[in-house]
Amino acid sequence: MTTPLWRSREPKSSYDVIVVGAGGHGLATAYYLAREHGITDVAVLERGWLAGGNMARNTTIIRSNYLWGASAGIYEHALRLWEGLEEDLGQSVLFSQRGVLNLAHTTHDERESVRRVNANRLNGIDAEWLTPEEVKKLVPIIDISPELRYPVLGATFQPRAGVAKHDYVAWALASGADRLGVHLVENCEVTGFTRNGDTITGVETTRGPISAGRVALSAAGHTSVLTETLGLRLPVQSHPLQALVSEVMEPVIDTVVMSNTVHVYVHQADKGELVLGAGIDAYNGYSQRGSPATIENQVAAAVALYPVFGHAHTLRTWGGVVDVSPDASPIIGLTPFNGLYLNCGWGTGGFKATPGAGHVFADTIANDRPHPLAEPYSLDRFRTGALVDEHGAAAVAH
Amino acid sequence: MLLIPCPWCGERDESEFCYGGQARVSYPPDPWELDDAEWAEFLFVRDNPKGWFAERWVHTSGCRRWCDVLRDTATNRVAGSSRPGGALPEVAV
Ligand SMILES: Cc1cc2nc3c(=O)[nH]c(=O)nc-3n(C[C@H](O)[C@H](O)[C@H](O)COP(=O)(O)OP(=O)(O)OC[C@H]3O[C@@H](n4cnc5c(N)ncnc54)[C@H](O)[C@@H]3O)c2cc1C
Ligand SMILES: [Zn+2]
Repeated sequence: MTTPLWRSREPKSSYDVIVVGAGGHGLATAYYLAREHGITDVAVLERGWLAGGNMARNTTIIRSNYLWGASAGIYEHALRLWEGLEEDLGQSVLFSQRGVLNLAHTTHDERESVRRVNANRLNGIDAEWLTPEEVKKLVPIIDISPELRYPVLGATFQPRAGVAKHDYVAWALASGADRLGVHLVENCEVTGFTRNGDTITGVETTRGPISAGRVALSAAGHTSVLTETLGLRLPVQSHPLQALVSEVMEPVIDTVVMSNTVHVYVHQADKGELVLGAGIDAYNGYSQRGSPATIENQVAAAVALYPVFGHAHTLRTWGGVVDVSPDASPIIGLTPFNGLYLNCGWGTGGFKATPGAGHVFADTIANDRPHPLAEPYSLDRFRTGALVDEHGAAAVAH
Repeated sequence: MLLIPCPWCGERDESEFCYGGQARVSYPPDPWELDDAEWAEFLFVRDNPKGWFAERWVHTSGCRRWCDVLRDTATNRVAGSSRPGGALPEVAV
């Protein structure tokens, strides 16, 4: 008989810390609470099954080449943690630094991209600008001919960026947390909070009330549904985000290539499936499905850039629920309620942050003040106007 | 693909429309009265319900007019539509 990696527990009636949501962020938060802060009386409550949300649905791209200093801080912190994660957790997560390219297709793209490369370097992040011929060397199947409607004018390249296997990441974090005494509780939906004035004292769940010293939300697309029960309105909108894989193909691409202007990105899974994604469906949605037109557009863009994909068939498409903030940056930190902490708004790009978000969030919860890297991401920035505007600046989503 | 009932043209494919987010968010009657928190609320915060949502769509490839649509964001069921600000169907919440 094999020993399970982690145990699905019955909830106790009380914990020091309750983390809502067993996605990558919730699991990483619980793991670091136990490991870095010695807080082991922790439960992660999950309404469905462990890592069945966006954690199981994302396209696994990891990079840290964002424009602004605050972003460089948190995403590079995450990338450094990724670089030691397998050793730290003692398990393989198939972390593969195969590099990420962000294509430029217009003069405007080119200028923005070069600016971002320069900003990345100033922030100590590896970044290069590649000519179309250099792109072609790394990605032989790409069409760089100038006749394309959106020709390849060059690309930014982050060699240390790459992918990891999302399921393995979740299971490794779950196993690490479980070993340190954290309770992972599945099929336990949080439906509201118990409070004493402005202090949160626990949660209401589909399996009864559970009291807690602190409650930390890592519920991704459902975060505002929860805070709404407290009358706390968040600047996030939940949207469908879709992706797709092709049938298994022989190896044709060994890096990750993203494009903002034609809006598609692609890499090849170890199994051989091409993994393709793009942007959100424009409308709000919690159905974990989007419209076929969104898939059609990204496939058309992909076939134009990589003519060999014309031979591939789509194997399956799926969707998740992502919470998008107005500046495309996360919200991490304290709330107007004592004992309630927020980690949300990661939208289309939070997988890459998994260990960093968990690490910073655990520190924020343990010390009841924002971790220095989380400070720029306070809820209050929408009032002060100090946005971390990665919308146009972030190359492409994800 | 959603089927959006344009009040002028009838049911049409979603691909003929562009999305406009939450319906019936009006500009502050006296902007000078708002403090920073109220501006933040007006600029950045919208309802985000899992359930019935009154939202705006513009029939870009059709009559080019805006309408309000009542849709359930969890199931994608559409209860009906109206001209901007008009009466939407009653739904049990
Ligand atoms: C198609 C797609 C592609 C993506 N591609 C990338 C990518 O390439 N790179 C990247 O960096 N990011 C990507 N993302 C974004 C990334 O997946 C998310 O930002 C990230 O997963 C969010 O953190 P999480 O893993 O904790 O979220 P989730 O895994 O969604 O975790 C939230 C959990 O909370 C649970 N929950 C919600 N409400 C409750 C409740 N009331 N009670 C109990 N539990 C609750 C949910 O069931 C869920 O398991 C992608 C997302 C999608 C959908
Ligand atoms: Zn019309």
